[in-house]
Amino acid sequence: MSIWTITQLTFREAARRKILLAALVLGALFLTVYALGFHLIMRNLEETFGYSNILELNQVRNFFLIAGLYVVNFLTSIMTVLTSVDTLSGEIHSGTIHTLVAKPLRRWEVILGKWLGFVGMITLYLLLMGGGVLLVVALRSGYIPPHPLRALSLMWLNCLILLSVSLAGGVNLSTLANGVLVFGLYGVAFLGGWIEQIGSMLPDAAASRAAVNIGIITSLLLPSEALWKRAAHEVESPLAAALGFTPFSARTYPSMAMIVYAGIYLLLVLWNAVRWFNRRDL
Amino acid sequence: MRAAIQTMQLSKKYGEKTAVKDLSLTVERGEVFGFLGPNGAGKTTSVKMLLNLITPSAGEGFILGEPLTNPQVRQKVGFLPEHFRFHDWLKAEEFLKLHADLYHIPREVTHRRIPELLDRVGLSQHAQKKLRNFSKGMLQRIGLAQALLNEPALVILDEPTSGLDPVGRRMVRDIIAELRQQGTSVFLNSHLLSEVEITCDRVAFIKQGEVVHISSLQTMLEAELRAELRVRDVSAEVLQGLEHWGKNIHLDGERLTLDLRQEEDLAEINRYLVNHAVKVYSLHIKHISLEDLFIQIVGSEGEV
Repeated sequence: MSIWTITQLTFREAARRKILLAALVLGALFLTVYALGFHLIMRNLEETFGYSNILELNQVRNFFLIAGLYVVNFLTSIMTVLTSVDTLSGEIHSGTIHTLVAKPLRRWEVILGKWLGFVGMITLYLLLMGGGVLLVVALRSGYIPPHPLRALSLMWLNCLILLSVSLAGGVNLSTLANGVLVFGLYGVAFLGGWIEQIGSMLPDAAASRAAVNIGIITSLLLPSEALWKRAAHEVESPLAAALGFTPFSARTYPSMAMIVYAGIYLLLVLWNAVRWFNRRDL
Repeated sequence: MRAAIQTMQLSKKYGEKTAVKDLSLTVERGEVFGFLGPNGAGKTTSVKMLLNLITPSAGEGFILGEPLTNPQVRQKVGFLPEHFRFHDWLKAEEFLKLHADLYHIPREVTHRRIPELLDRVGLSQHAQKKLRNFSKGMLQRIGLAQALLNEPALVILDEPTSGLDPVGRRMVRDIIAELRQQGTSVFLNSHLLSEVEITCDRVAFIKQGEVVHISSLQTMLEAELRAELRVRDVSAEVLQGLEHWGKNIHLDGERLTLDLRQEEDLAEINRYLVNHAVKVYSLHIKHISLEDLFIQIVGSEGEV
């Protein structure tokens, strides 16, 4: 029951500090801009090419859908880290943690309670934003991509991983150092992903392989970019993939093994967060 | 019934630095125990070890008969931390409700208990105010209310009056007296000696991480009932006769000192000396305050 109390506290704090409101307002703004842009482009295409060239139209819709989800993925990642980065380090630093932990609860209940609170927020945010993008495309053009739920689930897994890393880092690091750590890892994974993407197009086989390896190693460090690539792959139309049509689509996409790895990664990070917090002198 | 607090050689080291060394003490049920020492002596570290906020480097301890690591025992413990930093975006009432939930107190009890406690600490008017807008003293009061939510068997107060004005201090003293009456044990961490002098049954002095003295406050202060006289023409024989009333008899020129058992004896001593042709110019009891004792025991280096 203590877990639930902490979860509520986490949720309530985000609401009280207007974090939820800010996220919702900006989310609505994003969706509005996205819908408007998508509508204008579709109208222009329809006027220029008519409805005859369905094949081409489909690729355009698919491209905009993935572009939209790409931004959603980025925003939810940032939101996840920003909201959770100081939840432990901040409470430890200020001393508010003392009255909590001196209660009849176990420390893992504090971590898991907070984790669940953030998971709740992230899930809502992702459903709203990702679902919004899918809905905008579906309503305006009637297009529904191959596996939207799989894509959203992978984006969700990415957020859970970032959240867990940010909680684990917050046990022993200051808020600032923790932010540097999480965004640093995120940046490295991001860069590795693009090196892999571009490298895979190189004509030289050895260079291409080296680039792909860099991508794999950075994905092992933090599988966020790998999860996005797999998510993009799940919603990409097969033709666009074959043509290498968009910068967001993955020429090489991670296998099932990488997703399993990401799941294990998540559990290990969370387990370590609990272990470290148990040992932490407060 | 097991002691409220019992520690055996509880120690905490940070690298080379020893914060607390071999802390061994027992606080009985219903006792108000003062833990005294200069700033940085290891008082807060000791308290944090008792509450499992800090893992001891060595030794072990029990609270209400249970190991410190057992979270269930804290069901019966109330704690007011030193800096009383709380979730300041909560309103006073919400804050108490949160901590009542963490104590697993049934809702119907909470509904009754919160107004009672707000009233007890004089914050009824501010139930709907956010803690962010509280003064230091108000935060300390609400923190104290929080520590009493669960009708604890043991209350641990870390510098409970440091932020309070005289009225607030009186309130804390009264609350401690009430707790004692109810049979609640209180562990009071303080460097404000007058507080301790008024409220505590027993005290321990801690210096540089080590307990240097533990005793009952009453015997400690009574033991220090010292008479100081200015006299002339005292023979060794007469001096010996004084042993009837006291001990530690010293004569240094005209200055005669001895420890008395009771204040009343001073008149008898006066009569005795005059009858034996001693010239008595002055005589008085030198009351030793806890502060004198503190300086005497802990030293006056005043390390901070």
